Amino acid sequence: MKTSLLPRLAFGLLIGLILIYLMLPVLIIVPMSFSSTRFLTFPPPALSLRWYAEYFGNPNWMQGTRMSLMLGVLTVLIATPLGTAAAYAISNAQNRLMRSLHMVLMLPLIVPIIIVAIGIFFVYAKLGLIQTLTGLVLANVMLGLPYVITSVVAGLQSFDKTQEMVARSLGMNRLRAFLTVTLPQIKASVFAGAVFAFISAIDETIIALFVSGGQYQTLTKRMFTALRDEIDPTIASISTLLTAASFLLVLLAMSGQKKEA
Amino acid sequence: MSISTIDPSLRHQRREQALMTLLAAPAVLVIVALVVIPVGWLAAQSVYDNGFTLEHYRRIFTEEVYWRSFALTFRIALMVTLLTLLLGYPVAYAAAHAKRPWNVLILACVMLPFWTSVLVRAYAWLVLLQRTGVANQLLERFGLTTEPLAMVHNELGTVIATVHILLPFMVLPLYSTMQKIPRELMLAGASLGGGPLYSFRHIFLPLSLPGVVAGLTLVFVLTLGFYITPELLGGGRTVMISMVVSRNVELYAQWGAASAVGVVLLVCVLAIFAAVGRIIPLDKMLGQK
Repeated sequence: MKTSLLPRLAFGLLIGLILIYLMLPVLIIVPMSFSSTRFLTFPPPALSLRWYAEYFGNPNWMQGTRMSLMLGVLTVLIATPLGTAAAYAISNAQNRLMRSLHMVLMLPLIVPIIIVAIGIFFVYAKLGLIQTLTGLVLANVMLGLPYVITSVVAGLQSFDKTQEMVARSLGMNRLRAFLTVTLPQIKASVFAGAVFAFISAIDETIIALFVSGGQYQTLTKRMFTALRDEIDPTIASISTLLTAASFLLVLLAMSGQKKEA
Repeated sequence: MSISTIDPSLRHQRREQALMTLLAAPAVLVIVALVVIPVGWLAAQSVYDNGFTLEHYRRIFTEEVYWRSFALTFRIALMVTLLTLLLGYPVAYAAAHAKRPWNVLILACVMLPFWTSVLVRAYAWLVLLQRTGVANQLLERFGLTTEPLAMVHNELGTVIATVHILLPFMVLPLYSTMQKIPRELMLAGASLGGGPLYSFRHIFLPLSLPGVVAGLTLVFVLTLGFYITPELLGGGRTVMISMVVSRNVELYAQWGAASAVGVVLLVCVLAIFAAVGRIIPLDKMLGQK
């Protein structure tokens, strides 16, 4: 298909503008986090690490960060085995019951999160789980499960199940056959699912707004309340770190998946 | 045929099914405990207030505050959906057709914001669009405006940021659909005398429709439930449905009202998914996320 130069140029320009729109927030936050003033002026009067110092020097931000990291790790440790087991069951049993269970497991992606959040708040209030680490971890396991399941189901689809059958017919029990034959071959999918569950736990804000508090406030909850009040450049440095971290994690997860395919 | 020859395989099948159910059980339990029961509880609460009542629903459908919020939310969702389609379609087309390294660059520009925290992006738009922000500075320097425009703490700011957050949810299903459209079809169309625009309209566009439907559905439904972005960029005046829910709980402790609004929102979302699910399987749609 030959098209003349002018429409192609116009199309390229249009794409370029949309891509700039997509990248604008990242393009603005990174320089702002290194700025020496609290106002964004171009060019920035001077570069400084002032806002990073502000972040690392503030016990409240540090406490929130520790809380979020701990939450992320605990979430992954629980959601990954639970999700992998469920994904294994889904891809091995293609009956009606399992298909409807699969739909149930995807509910966290479908139900608007604000409804889940106030529902959980209400149930937790009855159970005394508000402002507890247990409550937060459980809620984030729930949110992370669909990511683990989707990723592992996809990994199992490209795995040849007869291999596991062979191992079992040679005398391995099911668990050992899974651990020694299947798991090593789908480990990149499991890892990718774990990474997505971790990112989702670090990023989760709405449920944390309702059920976290006191000494158990997550980083995102502190960021949200700070943002509601004023535009604080400390958040630019936190945002830059968060973006860099999640981007590195996603690269890591994707490079693993590529090797597997 | 004696029963004894069927029995072992049947028993094996039963055992296999029981084992798989058992394996899925812990995950299902978590979802039931933290989604199904809480939402069910809300639904019960919306019709029970010292006895069965439809008072909360009656208020939603008669009081103007609720009505206006629903109308606003659907209007914003419609705007956001159309804008993401308008911006997303050419980007997905370019990503599916450009040569290396351009297609990689385009996809990277779509994926990087996708994996950036929603809070981070809301903050960036606050900075960009505020009265003294970069957008206003540029507009003034180029002589397009004489005084700062109000682009934030209103509906406009909410739409700009929401479109940004949801654009990848439009581009990704579109891209995966377009990638599967065979190039030869367009060549065939051209060889039969169809101009590029004609071939696009009669071959490419219809074949890309499943992606369009998936993208439209995802973006529309996700906008209906948006909370963080309108709360931060709407400036307290752009009150979307999810904000009505949270305010009824946080500010007024009106659990019945909050539950009823939540149930109506949920019914809207489920109805849309169910309707579209007849055309495109739901797991395919959600797989894009």
